[in-house]
Amino acid sequence: MRRLAAVAAALLCLGAAPATPGPDFARLLDETPAPRLSDYRLPLKNAGRAAGPGLTPYALNAPLFSDYAEKYRFVALPPGQSAAYRAEGAFDFPVGTVLVKTFAYPADLRRPDDQVRSIETRLLIRKADGWAAQAYVWNADQTDAALKRAGARMPVEVVDLAGRARTIDYAVPNQNQCKECHQLDKAVAPLGPKARNLNGDFAYAGGRENQLAHWARTGLLAGAPSDPRQAPRTARWDDPAEPLAARARAYLDANCAHCHHPRAIASNSGLFLEWEQPEGPALGIGKRPVAAGRGSGGLETAIAPGRPEASILVHRMASDEPGVMMPELGRSVTHEEGLALVRAWIAEMR
Amino acid sequence: MTRLMAAAAAFALLAGAAQAKTIAVAPGPDAQERLQTALLDAKPGDVVELAAGRFELTDGLSLDVDDVVVKGAGPDATVLSFKGQKGAGEGLLITSDKVVVRDLGVEDTHGDGIKAKGSDQISFVNVRVEWTGGPSEKNGAYGVYPVSSTNVLIDRVVVRGASDAGIYVGQSRNIVVKRSLAEFNVAGIEIENSYNADVFDNVTTRNTGGILVFDLPNLPQMGGHSTRVFRNRVVQNDTRNFAPKGNIVASVPTGAGVMVMANRNVHVFDNEIDGNQSAAVMLVSYTETFDDASYNPLPRDVVVRDNRIGRNGWDPTFDGGKLLAMVSGGTIPPVLWDGVVSWNGGETARVRLTDGPVLNLNLPAPGELAKARPKVAADVGADLELAEPAAVVLPKAQADLGT
Repeated sequence: MRRLAAVAAALLCLGAAPATPGPDFARLLDETPAPRLSDYRLPLKNAGRAAGPGLTPYALNAPLFSDYAEKYRFVALPPGQSAAYRAEGAFDFPVGTVLVKTFAYPADLRRPDDQVRSIETRLLIRKADGWAAQAYVWNADQTDAALKRAGARMPVEVVDLAGRARTIDYAVPNQNQCKECHQLDKAVAPLGPKARNLNGDFAYAGGRENQLAHWARTGLLAGAPSDPRQAPRTARWDDPAEPLAARARAYLDANCAHCHHPRAIASNSGLFLEWEQPEGPALGIGKRPVAAGRGSGGLETAIAPGRPEASILVHRMASDEPGVMMPELGRSVTHEEGLALVRAWIAEMR
Repeated sequence: MTRLMAAAAAFALLAGAAQAKTIAVAPGPDAQERLQTALLDAKPGDVVELAAGRFELTDGLSLDVDDVVVKGAGPDATVLSFKGQKGAGEGLLITSDKVVVRDLGVEDTHGDGIKAKGSDQISFVNVRVEWTGGPSEKNGAYGVYPVSSTNVLIDRVVVRGASDAGIYVGQSRNIVVKRSLAEFNVAGIEIENSYNADVFDNVTTRNTGGILVFDLPNLPQMGGHSTRVFRNRVVQNDTRNFAPKGNIVASVPTGAGVMVMANRNVHVFDNEIDGNQSAAVMLVSYTETFDDASYNPLPRDVVVRDNRIGRNGWDPTFDGGKLLAMVSGGTIPPVLWDGVVSWNGGETARVRLTDGPVLNLNLPAPGELAKARPKVAADVGADLELAEPAAVVLPKAQADLGT
């Protein structure tokens, strides 16, 4: 019955053309999450780390740090439809859109393409009544992934960037935790696919191209400026050629502002770290803690200009202790490189 | 035919009501996943019922479904232990409306105990939140923590060991806190940046400070006002302040009974306030520097009357306290007011303090202790008319929980 519905939907979308392999949009739109990732017939390969036609890969200028996991992102829209461009915030995606993100670890973080194993693939599906977040955990054989609604801890053995063997206590989020981060005005919303974060080149199979230009050219996006230079752009957080402040603000935007935003879950903190926030107390400069508790580390202000060691922001980024560390979700180890960037930014601040 | 349809409709209604179900969860292996799954599976109207026993949890729990009751077998019988918690900023997070948490205990969360963010009609009834190792700055900040919420009921709640406030209500409106016990916390009960709160019939003891009504700058909701603190026992708050520095409660002196800071329209009456070494009642301004033109750091329109005030203020632990006690005849008088009456040329702060004697520091501006002109008076503003805030009325279904 389900297959029949899918065929019917495909026929409706494609007119008389024969059904092609690709996402099962009817199944994606079903109210009940599929028990297996394969049920959606997403054209994924390599345990969700690559994709065939029908899924477009993308990358972000500043991604969220996720315990040093490698992340592989893809988007699919129902045939013939496109997302509406917005300069600020995530694009307005049509019903049926699916955003796919696979989290994986290589055996050695210094060789990211070698001996890679996928942990989970997360989907954000634009259903009729809003976005739904679902997480699928890959099986031992890496042949399929199963729905995990209540979250899980997955110990991962890796050799880290310094060559040390370590175990990362990787957390698959529960369904509510997906929403805790992915929310705006209490509704689930995508975080990554914003103009400013996609405005950069991607190495497509057919060659390098600006992602906004590519999305517009292939029909994924409507209404974008014809020249990407007219669209906003956040710095690549790890590109030393870019200004330090721009990199740090891009990093905070991606790693903190999903909660620390006036319309998100940490609104009550009054600490707002999104890209658009002007410098001032709300950005943390000279701002005293409100509900930090022991997260304050005995320090008096979120950001003490010129004094990273006296800044609560740095203290909480450096911690890996629940109740102290920030972000609260999505990491169990410290992101040393991101921490160094924010430290340097505060150190040069006057 | 019409009758048949009516019958069918009635049946459908009944069936709808009958669909509300109880999801039972027992302690044991995989408690984390089973309990979290129940919280995800619950539909509006459902009860998630936790059996007696210890649930050993490894991560935070969360509920995002409206109109759900999470119920245990009693605050000492059903225990959610978060000792082994590996992530999340609290034990249980609630982000939906019309939720009741009742008859259970929460222990040793690494961050806050139970938090509700942006919830309407959130109720905590017969709940215990405790850090079992006693006061420590390593304990989480808040025990029961509704924030940015409306219609808050906290009834028969016990909180012990919070390194900030045991019962903390922040940036909320329409609040009832009653019949609860807060002990061995830094602050027993704290109402902060909130509108319309009734705090009554509670016991706060062995905390650093008993009951605080505060307002802070640079927050989405400011201008806290209209709180009544009455019929509480605020006795023997004598635990040294163990709050991590930086937090506002780190400035609360050991043995503060009731403290009102930078808040408006606060009435403190019919309480028993005894055995608090710094002072029975303190009215103070916010003294930190701030960059927020909309913020008023002064306590104003405050009434302190008809409290039964025992022995307090014999060994004040705040700056200059010993000297002030000396000039006041050996102890800090029952009511201490910093005496700041104007801010940015605004209207004069009014207070009616009739549980004297009152020690008025007559500070020219917040925190300017060096310029104090302390004066003890029998009372202050006894002839002022300051109307009491109206009683807080919660929606009926919620109010009935507390009967």
